[in-house]
Amino acid sequence: MTDTIASDAAATAPGESRTPILRARRLVKTFGRVVGLDGVSLELYPGEVLAVIGDNGAGKSTLIKCLTGAEVPDEGEIFLDGRQVHFKRPQDARAAGIETVYQNLAVSPALDVASNLFLGREERRKGLLGSVFRVVDQKGMRHKAKAELTALGISTLQDVTVPVENLSGGQRQAVAVARAAAFGSKVVVLDEPTAALGVRESNQVLELIRNLRDRGIPVILISHNMPHVFDVADRIHVQRLGKRAATITPQTHSMTDAVAIMTGAARA
Amino acid sequence: MSQHTTQPAAAGSPPQGEPPTSALDLAEEFLDRTTPLSRIRNTLHRYPAISPAIVLVLAVIVFGLLNDRFLNPANLSLITQQVAVVGTLAVAQTLIILTAGIDLSVGAVMVLSSMVIAQTTVQAGLPAPLGLFLGLVVGLGAGALNGFLVTRLKLPPFIVTLGTLNIFVALTLLYSGGATVRGAEMPELLTWTGATFNVLGVNFTVGVIMMLLLYVVVAFILAKTAWGRHVYAVGDDPESARLAGIRVNRVLMSVYLAAGAILAIGAWIQIGRTNAASPNAGVDLNLDSITAVVIGGTSLFGGRGTVWGTLLGALIVGVFRNGLSLAGLDVLWQTFAVGVLIIVAVSVDQWIRKVRK
Repeated sequence: MTDTIASDAAATAPGESRTPILRARRLVKTFGRVVGLDGVSLELYPGEVLAVIGDNGAGKSTLIKCLTGAEVPDEGEIFLDGRQVHFKRPQDARAAGIETVYQNLAVSPALDVASNLFLGREERRKGLLGSVFRVVDQKGMRHKAKAELTALGISTLQDVTVPVENLSGGQRQAVAVARAAAFGSKVVVLDEPTAALGVRESNQVLELIRNLRDRGIPVILISHNMPHVFDVADRIHVQRLGKRAATITPQTHSMTDAVAIMTGAARA
Repeated sequence: MSQHTTQPAAAGSPPQGEPPTSALDLAEEFLDRTTPLSRIRNTLHRYPAISPAIVLVLAVIVFGLLNDRFLNPANLSLITQQVAVVGTLAVAQTLIILTAGIDLSVGAVMVLSSMVIAQTTVQAGLPAPLGLFLGLVVGLGAGALNGFLVTRLKLPPFIVTLGTLNIFVALTLLYSGGATVRGAEMPELLTWTGATFNVLGVNFTVGVIMMLLLYVVVAFILAKTAWGRHVYAVGDDPESARLAGIRVNRVLMSVYLAAGAILAIGAWIQIGRTNAASPNAGVDLNLDSITAVVIGGTSLFGGRGTVWGTLLGALIVGVFRNGLSLAGLDVLWQTFAVGVLIIVAVSVDQWIRKVRK
């Protein structure tokens, strides 16, 4: 336990004065007799990419689910922007500004790029058309979608009227990430965003993550892929057996160290 | 082959040494290559109503050449009247099929609703508008039951509506005692949907106009409102829709309710069309409505299609039946032709869906 605190201090040293945008304190979540989370704390600072790694069953997904409202922790507190939050369902977290890109990509293949970006929060036309006839503002949404994609540096997706099913895996991921990053979200959570992608497409997605960070949107990245994690992450939260084993940085630790901490072969 | 066995290392190493990216590029180039055929497919994929439109135009030309009575205004008017009831039911069917469901009970609900409208006004002597309102309540109630079973009990729509089909058929016969109510006994409002008026030499019935208005309204809602997009998204991939923040069950429920309301309108049109309310009418309208939807290019897998395609599909069936009967063929050949149409339409849909991924 003292090790953890020491390594935490080292990892956050440059930004000690900053306050975390998202902070979880001593989260506990049990499923029957199985302990998913055993008092896990996590801090996400503005403008950083925090990777969460861990072996299967280490509690990564449970931790992320608690942060994004998909699960309700039994104990512990979550603070967003310094204020305590209680998420009961994913919509609560989204409303508070935590956007999640799920592993299975929540996009609708037959709808076009713009419609997907605005799916579930369509904008309506002004005036009677919008208020009485509830007509959506297709032109406006397409325009905004294009602007959003350009701002994110997604150059491969210029035509927002293309159905998503005509896109490659990387482009679909870009649509999903763009949707999470749009709409003034405070935190973007990406669950295994490169798991199903090829080499080149993975690089595009990693570039996208850097762009998000450069725009000031902090990112939590869950990944099994060590090279990807060490490529983009500023800090790395290592889960092991339902606890935070350490928080390290790519500068102070190597990939081998990270795997050793993850598997319990070494302590941080 | 012998080289492989004798020198496994040498034979195996060159492919491994190759940079993986070049293979990837080659593969992508191969996928990106477009042929005229794949471009046609992409276009059809984007505008699914094109193929039924082509079929309808060709059918009208061919039948017009075969028999000069076919293009006679009176005959065209007859086709629209024959299509009115199926066309209306097919709007409801389209909504449900867009959500990747299917409704076998549309005909039964329509008949039950028409019997309630007729009985409450003729036997019970209620005012006609109240009778129509009760018919609407029956439609909504049936939709609510189907929707409840699909969304709450998570039963497949096929099974749910197979069950409710039988329930509604039985209820109709129990309620009506198997007796037909003749149009002459009804207040004028109920048979008003059968009233004709003349536009440019062609007779239209009020029922046909109501059906067309229904298409305009539903097409507008599907294309222009958030609800419409959500219907497509739910049919496309319900899990994705849920993760995007759409309340999938609420959308499904609203679709079944909307379908129920449309079926009640269909009941009114049916009373006007047949000038009666018969408990034995419309037994096979469920399959006819599915036929119209499928020929209209809407995918049975959900998330793809338009009501305009369905209107074209209903008209194609109407034109084929009418044209073949004018050509003097046995009525069974009409059924045969409809069967061929369905299979061709679904094959085309399958082919279109194999669009480059």
